[in-house]
Amino acid sequence: MHAFEYSAPHSLSDAVSLLSQANGNAKLLAGGTDLIDQMRTGRFRPALVIDVKKLAELNLLEFDSDGLHVGAAVTCYRIYDEPDIANDYTALADACHIIGGVQIQSRASMGGNLCNSGPAADSTPAMIALGGHCVIVGPGETRQVPVEDFCTAPGKNVLERGELLAEILFPPRPANSGSHYRRLIPRNEMDIAVVGVGASVELDEDKQTIKSARVALGAVAPTPLFAKDVSESLAGKSATDETFAAAGEAARQIVSPIDDMRGTADYRKHITGVLVKRVLAAATARARGETINYKAGRD
Amino acid sequence: MATADKPKYNVIGTRPIRHDGVDKVTGRAMYGADLRLTGMLHAAMVRSPHAHARIKNIDTSKAAALPGVRAVVAAADMPQQGDRHVELGEGAVNMRHLAANVLAQDKVLYRGHPVAAVAADNIHIAEEAARLIEVEYEVLPPVLDVRAAMQADAPILNDDVRTVAAGAPESDQDKPSNIAKHILFEKGSLDEGFAAADVVIEREFDTTMVHQGYIEPHNATVLWNADGKVTVWMSTQGSFTARQQTAELLRLPVSSVKVVPMEIGGGFGGKISVYLPPVAAVLSRKTGRPVKLLMSRTDVFEATGPTPGSHIRLKLGVTKDGKITAADAWVAFEAGAYPGSPVGMACMCVFACYDIPHARVEGFDVCVNKPRTNAYRAPGSTQVAFAIETVIDEACEQLKLDPAEFRLQNASKEGTQRVDGPNFGRIGMVETVEAIKASDHYQSPLPQPSSPEHKTGRGMASGFWFNVGLKSSVTATVNGDGTVSLVEGSTDIGGTRTSIAMQLAETLGIAAEDVHPTVADTEGIGYTDVTGGSRVTFSTGIAAVRAAEELRNKLAARAAALWDVPDDQTKYEDGGVTGPDGKRIAFKELAEKLHMVGGPVIGNGTSGDQTQGGAFGTHCVDVEVDTETGKVQILRYTIAQDAGTAIHPSYVEGQMQGGVVQGIGWALNEEYFYDGEGAMRNATFLDYRMPTCYDVPMIETIIVEVPDPNHPYGVRGVGEVPICPPPAAIANAIHQAVGVRMRHLPMSPPRLLAKMVKA
Ligand SMILES: Cc1cc2nc3c(=O)[nH]c(=O)nc-3n(C[C@H](O)[C@H](O)[C@H](O)COP(=O)(O)OP(=O)(O)OC[C@H]3O[C@@H](n4cnc5c(N)ncnc54)[C@H](O)[C@@H]3O)c2cc1C
Repeated sequence: MHAFEYSAPHSLSDAVSLLSQANGNAKLLAGGTDLIDQMRTGRFRPALVIDVKKLAELNLLEFDSDGLHVGAAVTCYRIYDEPDIANDYTALADACHIIGGVQIQSRASMGGNLCNSGPAADSTPAMIALGGHCVIVGPGETRQVPVEDFCTAPGKNVLERGELLAEILFPPRPANSGSHYRRLIPRNEMDIAVVGVGASVELDEDKQTIKSARVALGAVAPTPLFAKDVSESLAGKSATDETFAAAGEAARQIVSPIDDMRGTADYRKHITGVLVKRVLAAATARARGETINYKAGRD
Repeated sequence: MATADKPKYNVIGTRPIRHDGVDKVTGRAMYGADLRLTGMLHAAMVRSPHAHARIKNIDTSKAAALPGVRAVVAAADMPQQGDRHVELGEGAVNMRHLAANVLAQDKVLYRGHPVAAVAADNIHIAEEAARLIEVEYEVLPPVLDVRAAMQADAPILNDDVRTVAAGAPESDQDKPSNIAKHILFEKGSLDEGFAAADVVIEREFDTTMVHQGYIEPHNATVLWNADGKVTVWMSTQGSFTARQQTAELLRLPVSSVKVVPMEIGGGFGGKISVYLPPVAAVLSRKTGRPVKLLMSRTDVFEATGPTPGSHIRLKLGVTKDGKITAADAWVAFEAGAYPGSPVGMACMCVFACYDIPHARVEGFDVCVNKPRTNAYRAPGSTQVAFAIETVIDEACEQLKLDPAEFRLQNASKEGTQRVDGPNFGRIGMVETVEAIKASDHYQSPLPQPSSPEHKTGRGMASGFWFNVGLKSSVTATVNGDGTVSLVEGSTDIGGTRTSIAMQLAETLGIAAEDVHPTVADTEGIGYTDVTGGSRVTFSTGIAAVRAAEELRNKLAARAAALWDVPDDQTKYEDGGVTGPDGKRIAFKELAEKLHMVGGPVIGNGTSGDQTQGGAFGTHCVDVEVDTETGKVQILRYTIAQDAGTAIHPSYVEGQMQGGVVQGIGWALNEEYFYDGEGAMRNATFLDYRMPTCYDVPMIETIIVEVPDPNHPYGVRGVGEVPICPPPAAIANAIHQAVGVRMRHLPMSPPRLLAKMVKA
């Protein structure tokens, strides 16, 4: 690995000014589970590495009237260990449970997962499904961007020079709602999603009709996708297997996957349909208060 | 389950804690990467980005000028080999090819092929310097498919390779070819055999290149001392083989090279060939300092010796009542960059489980622009087991025969002749099928699918591996406290320190804990062949038994001296010596008194005169297939294997389970995934998908014991044969679940789904 400077500021403003002064030659370090490997292989050769783990704002995990605040550096295990997240924002817990193994989950953050901006990042579809917003801090005004608008291309996002992701804010969960994330991988662990699907479903009081839904897709386009039309078309439909299968069919039409060592484009399209159907069924079951038959990591 | 009445043993068949256990679980064991020597330099390799190219020029000037760089080497700095073949323990090796694989000469033949190396004060400087070495290539078209490489107009990898005929008709010797060897074995008359069949099935199979995936990458630290003596610290399956290869590559006498084997983090056949030591040695000679050279995981995938991909055609003739009448196989193996795939062994294995009156096998060793392949657990046998065992399942399906009964009816037995000539001695193929039939697994109903989208199925398959004998040495010294120090040359991969110590302990009638085994370097013990071929517990075991027998004789004589009676009046038995008039002295007591009656007692044993009888296994597996995704879960797995006599049952079970897990990897997801330019796209453990603990159930083991008469305690090697049946057994189970026959490994989700959609 090349030689570089390292800094671990304690205040957000120090972090922002270090970042701004570095002329694009700095990298932020959260858990480092992406960054350290990327530096080892020489893909990134930053002159300065700024550790964000000592910033209080980025380690915040709390609920208030705005909803759930997840600091950008909060580690995966803290997320799935939090009972209110496991109950109400279940898709986040599902995703954090399958990022790497126990060691990775004790280091890796959702902020890092999002800012690395990989098309197959596991927590991103879950965040989109739950309507998350990125709170971005920089030399200028603090701004908010919906998670689905954050990534712009593989490895690229909307952050401007000097900006960092402070937290992800999720709105309060409505009554009769449930969510789920799962992915297909050829093994049951340690893999990159061939396809990942996150969904949130809100049911009417009768628990038979879908009031609203959000479906998000990973690894089937250059960025994680919010399936807007598919999501909107679910509103008002009865929550049945036919509805979920039709949504899966519709989702297949909007994806543009690639062929690579992890799967062929045709296979990914097909799996998109299968997983959308399965994930909607599971999110609906949770909205009804049922427990679902799902082993972490299994499709 | 033992088939014959087993003698009563005291130590054999028990499960003592392994002698190297504490060091390994506490992290104290010293592996090659842990080594730090005074003044040690670190080296980095420059490797080819191309699968096939001519090297036009190598400019090392910028690298050499970088502060902290101490030496740079390329092929020109290495000794020239000329045109010579050298016997390296497991057959003659073309030294020009071996040398060119260590450091490319005029051509690179696979991506990752070493081209140059740099030694520097630390690894970071060495890596920066490696980036500064400029290599000019003329890129050539790569050949990546075994059948494409066999075409007359295919680009030729090695100008010096001509097709050698082994049993097959001679071919045109004037023309270079990618086909390095053409093998033919024949037995009986195929025409007659197929004419007698009621059903003839002919199928084609493809398997992809797969890697052993040992956890520890290759490493070597070398000091070329001022006195001309070269010391190599490395991870190797055979320190003597590594010494000989290194000496030949450096053109030194073997006595000038000492190999110190470090602990080894797995090998499975892949740590027999030498890659790093000659390069580190020349860097050390140039600098006068020890040089350490390590591979990364990507280097290991791209540039060590995986097992070949293959194309196989197989034709089987069977009568209505389930007797095999004839079999014909055509087997082409990817040798990789240089000749030497295990296709010959594949040809001997393909029909070995069955007594087939009329058979023929044709085999081809074919060069392609991929890493030079090497041994991997029962080399060649798994590929062909996939073919024969799935065709047998299909024959049983067509004829409505029970696959277990079919195997029993056709099984090889004592006296059965293999297609390549030899007749089997006492073997346990039948017993392994019977063990599976009697197993709880086989007797239990197939599990219900977990959802309407899932389907379950059960499959079985058998497999064969020869097991080898080869040479070993053991030295045993009696200590004054009544213990024995045992020195051996077999590097310990699977717990063999303990299984060797146990055989010595049994023979002497002492406890396994009272034997202290040490794996010595090449100057601390007599010649010992590689830890491979499932040979160590067998052959090094024989050497240990012989060393113990020498101790027994010497101790009986010492007791005679102690009692002042003639030598022929004493006898070593039951852990001590008995003499006239009820005289008796226990081993421990005698050990304490040795200093008074003649001093040290040392026993030596060597082996090399015995060959093994062959190992068989039969497996049964239940799978669940997700019919919407093509993903397969292994629900239950049982393996029955003939171990002859299980010295340490836990290590036998461990080998059986480990082999199955690797076989599951071949079956479901492992493959070298190449792009059109010949770059492996999945050269990390993230994308090269070996099974994790979430992908395999507890593997149930049934140890069958049909003692091998060639070993004093009946040992058969157990390390290799367990990898052979899994891909076929799983393919057969998939067929039962969803009705499609998979003939391409791996049976990954996209491949299986595509086949189901087509069906
Ligand atoms: C063994 C292993 C298994 C893995 N398995 C999975 C998996 O199953 N699924 C999956 O999705 N990923 C997986 N990953 C990738 C990785 O663990 C995740 O992407 C993880 O969430 C990254 O988080 P981190 O905190 O480690 O990020 P880091 O590596 O610290 O950072 C990632 C990127 O984000 C930037 N960054 C970090 N924080 C901020 C911030 N606050 N503002 C702006 N930019 C920031 C960094 O500069 C860097 O470019 C795996 C990695 C490993 C090593």
